[in-house]
Amino acid sequence: MKKINPRDVYGETLVKLGEQNPNIVVLDADLSKSTKTYKFGERFPDRFFNMGIAEANMVSVAAGLASCGKIVFASTFAVFVPGKTYDQIRMSVAYSNMNVKLFCTHAGINVGKDGFSHQMIEDIALMRVLPNMKVFAPSDPYQAGRVAELMAEHYGPMYARVSREPMYQIYERDVLEEMEIGKSIKVREGDDITLLAHGLMLHECILAARDLEKRGISAEVIDIWSIKPLNENEIIKSVRKTGRVITVEEHSIIGGAGSAVAELIAEKGINAKFKRMGIMDVFSESGDPRDLFEKYGISKEHIVKNSMEMCSD
Amino acid sequence: MKKHVHDNELVRKLNLIATRMRKKIIEMLYRAKSGHPGGCLSAIDAIVALYFHHMRHDPKNPKDSNRDRFILSKGHAAPALYAVLAECGYFDKKELLRLREINSILQGHPANTLTPGVEVSTGSLGQGLSFAVGVALAGKLDKKDYRVYVLIGDGEAEEGQIWEAAASASHYRLDNLIAMLDRNRLQIDGTTEEIYGLEPIVERWESFGWNVLEIDGHDMKQILDALDKACSFKNGKPTMIIMNTIKGKGVSFMENNLKFHGIAPNEEEYKMAMKELEELERKLEGKK
Ligand SMILES: Cc1ncc(C[n+]2csc(CCOP(=O)(O)OP(=O)(O)O)c2C)c(N)n1
Ligand SMILES: [Mg+2]
Repeated sequence: MKKINPRDVYGETLVKLGEQNPNIVVLDADLSKSTKTYKFGERFPDRFFNMGIAEANMVSVAAGLASCGKIVFASTFAVFVPGKTYDQIRMSVAYSNMNVKLFCTHAGINVGKDGFSHQMIEDIALMRVLPNMKVFAPSDPYQAGRVAELMAEHYGPMYARVSREPMYQIYERDVLEEMEIGKSIKVREGDDITLLAHGLMLHECILAARDLEKRGISAEVIDIWSIKPLNENEIIKSVRKTGRVITVEEHSIIGGAGSAVAELIAEKGINAKFKRMGIMDVFSESGDPRDLFEKYGISKEHIVKNSMEMCSD
Repeated sequence: MKKHVHDNELVRKLNLIATRMRKKIIEMLYRAKSGHPGGCLSAIDAIVALYFHHMRHDPKNPKDSNRDRFILSKGHAAPALYAVLAECGYFDKKELLRLREINSILQGHPANTLTPGVEVSTGSLGQGLSFAVGVALAGKLDKKDYRVYVLIGDGEAEEGQIWEAAASASHYRLDNLIAMLDRNRLQIDGTTEEIYGLEPIVERWESFGWNVLEIDGHDMKQILDALDKACSFKNGKPTMIIMNTIKGKGVSFMENNLKFHGIAPNEEEYKMAMKELEELERKLEGKK
């Protein structure tokens, strides 16, 4: 399997979108070389605005442009947007229902050596609570591009997060073409336990499911890249079938996709064993991404261990 | 661009409208039993000048892509904007009496998704100028000749985002952007100079690359002249009009009175205020 950087795909997708639609405008906050929006900037210098290290301004400027019919992609690291700009997103974007696409990179602890200051693990929680806001976390590099396309095609405030680390290619083209907002992707069928994940954690779950199979446990793996809206039907169906569910994400266990799933199954009165895997309400630290996944309990090995435990009684 | 001689008759007419708007504002706040009279009354003359004379806009076509835009960054002055929008015909005047009520199209602070004519939701101070920068950038991109007007509170200008926006507006040479600062020298906890210190305000804006005009923000002719002048600059800079104003202007006991930043008049105050404004209205109507 190939590893590809979702940011590169995002940058290339922006160029493609820019060619198709003159209303696409892109903003960045002095990180265009990292977010790869510079590719759009090189191709369409008139429609690319580097707003400097002034993220709050960037978000409200994006709303202003959107109010004039532009489809505005604004990118930087996820720690800064939404981290530094919650109020601007809340007022100028979500409440004002502007067609602004916050597409942020360097989400999660895979950011690695830069440490907690640069590892965003609260963004899904922050964005999920805003009415009008949709939240996506692609799990495959080309899926990141497809998410950007869907964001451009549909009106409204949206937030997407991708990792700094390259991702394994999981999907064939036809799977991506069928993607729709609010849909999930069943990556693997299983009967004993449901593993729900997004971002880099999806691949960890796929690896874990293979291990589990050798140990006689059949795991269903579902990519919940569309966190809001969530594909409630598919999740409910799967959990009803397996009676066991683990969510895995590079996000705080509080407020993320795991919480969204917990809310869903509790309200539907589904009787299932449930566990959230994520960052356990602690601050993460510098380190190699793999070491961090291991230490903070979200690596494949941890998924296997937790699944075995859940299936053992 | 409109080139106007702002004659006495025009000024009288606009002052009359502003007085009627002041009455509306007081009535709305009295009925709602809450709201921000001080900042509405200091800003209303400028808003009247914009909507009843200076700006290009069509209440029947509030989304016209060529319209001039007005953004009320100091969102707590929403009643002033609502009174003007209703008077222009953006929505039924009856709505004004439902300000801040449940199921009303008129929220305590502006909400563009609910109120025709409102460009963006504000109320959290500091964001409107940035939004205006985005609108002005779009105007440049689309080669449209509309202008963007934004009204900022002086206390509001303590927000860091205002200065981010100020820097980006001059960086992108947004000469289609005109900001107006309601320099009433008061915020909530005291005067701007004791709380934070905004001076030297003219030099600050100039150093950020703006044209700066300073006027009496209750002198209708000065407002109109300054707006025209702001439109006439050909130096690629955005323009800031510092309007020296009086918080609570037009109602004697509210003027320069911190108390009336965010408290509605009670019944007695309401009657007193209306009496004063009605007298002024009659004077401007030329009646005895
Ligand atoms: C970000 C933010 N902080 C605080 C407030 C609460 N607040 C409302 S009005 C106000 C004072 C505003 O002063 P100024 O901008 O001078 O307004 P004016 O005097 O024109 O009423 C404050 C602090 C707010 N609305 N937004
Ligand atoms: Mg003030």
